[in-house]
Amino acid sequence: MDVDLMMRVYPFFLKAAWVTIQLSILTTILGLACGALGAAARLSRFAFLRFLGAAYVSVIRGTPALIQLFILYFGGPQIGIQLDAFEAGVIGLGVNIGAYMTETIRGSIIAIDKGQREAARTLGLSKVQAFRKVTLPQAFRLMIRPLGVNINALIKGTALVAAISVVELTYTAQRYIGSTYKPFEMFLLSGVLYMIIIYGTGRVITWLDRKARIV
Amino acid sequence: MTEEKHFVEIRHAKKSFGTLEVLKDINLTVERGQIVGIIGSSGSGKSTLLRAINDLDPLSGGEVWLDGVQVNKSLPHRQYEKHINAMRQQVGMVFQHFNLFPHLTVRDNVTMAPKLLKGISNDEAETLAREQLEHVGMLEKIDAFPSQLSGGQKQRVAIARALAMKPKLMLFDEATSALDPELVEEVNQVMKKLAEEHMTMIIVTHEMDFAASVCDRVLFMEKGVVVEEGPPEVIFKNPEKQRTREFLRKHIEGAA
Repeated sequence: MDVDLMMRVYPFFLKAAWVTIQLSILTTILGLACGALGAAARLSRFAFLRFLGAAYVSVIRGTPALIQLFILYFGGPQIGIQLDAFEAGVIGLGVNIGAYMTETIRGSIIAIDKGQREAARTLGLSKVQAFRKVTLPQAFRLMIRPLGVNINALIKGTALVAAISVVELTYTAQRYIGSTYKPFEMFLLSGVLYMIIIYGTGRVITWLDRKARIV
Repeated sequence: MTEEKHFVEIRHAKKSFGTLEVLKDINLTVERGQIVGIIGSSGSGKSTLLRAINDLDPLSGGEVWLDGVQVNKSLPHRQYEKHINAMRQQVGMVFQHFNLFPHLTVRDNVTMAPKLLKGISNDEAETLAREQLEHVGMLEKIDAFPSQLSGGQKQRVAIARALAMKPKLMLFDEATSALDPELVEEVNQVMKKLAEEHMTMIIVTHEMDFAASVCDRVLFMEKGVVVEEGPPEVIFKNPEKQRTREFLRKHIEGAA
């Protein structure tokens, strides 16, 4: 193993790791927004919105994320959507993970016992008040861990945007393999950095979960 | 139809779940300060009837009146929501499984609704919480979370939570059925106290002794109809109907 080479190139990998982190953060934000909207649609009392939410989830989960990225980045210009690779990466991955987060959020909300809602309504709270004060605070606590699983998947999923030439960890490894012919060292280096990012994220999720736990 | 006004009046209540008729033309009146018990086996419709009073299980037909206002009147969706929220503020409800809010302290369980709906200040809320918790003997647990309480304590807090809205009427849906036998008494004591304070109450219960001791009137329901209705002395000691006698006999055997 060429440790010397790894020591020489790792600053470039750190830079790439920063791109992966930015991608992950922006994708998480967009994913949570899509997930919240998707869950609201799926739980709506309007059948049309429920249909839209269900369609979003099944289309996104029914096709490979890579194909979704290709459609957006390579196919987009044909229908007038011009995005640079990074933008396409964030939007593609965000909308993708948003479908999974839709189900996570929806699941956490419907997991709250209906007696909770009934107790709130019998006190005279409106539907919205009961949701805001009783259902949602409890659902939030339930959804932290499974959203953490979604985020874990999303961080690893950012590797896909190498295929549309975003200069993140995976793309950088491939590029250095081209000049060094050392795939083992290069992929190992990016793998270690992925793991550090994921470990750090996991710690944050665990901390949040513990902090939110009800006595 | 009588002209005189009753405090609670249920007229021709009907309710079906699909093809299953749970309530078949039920009539019930309750006067202010009265305590009415509803007994009957599971599936007799007694909980459904109770839950119809604050529209938790809306009736398929019939009317519910409270203090001169129709609870289940037909209004456009938005107006109805407003109306029913206002009605429910006047009716306290206690559930078999307590349904305390697990993410809130005992204090916040009691004060959430009054703060939100009556806009009382934090100081007023604190006074209210202390007053209501004192009333049910739970003041020392004001800072606890529901998970730290026993079943009997949870139910007493749930009663305090309902009373904090200053309801005109209290509904008890098998309030002690989920409790360990040794915890039943503390909840019964609180309910007796309310009875002495002349709170109007409708109590769905499986506890015949308790019903006999607090109720002014008892209804025996079976298969969606009121089989027999009368003062507890008559219903429990000397019922007219064969079905009532059979139910009570089975119940005593079951309890023994």
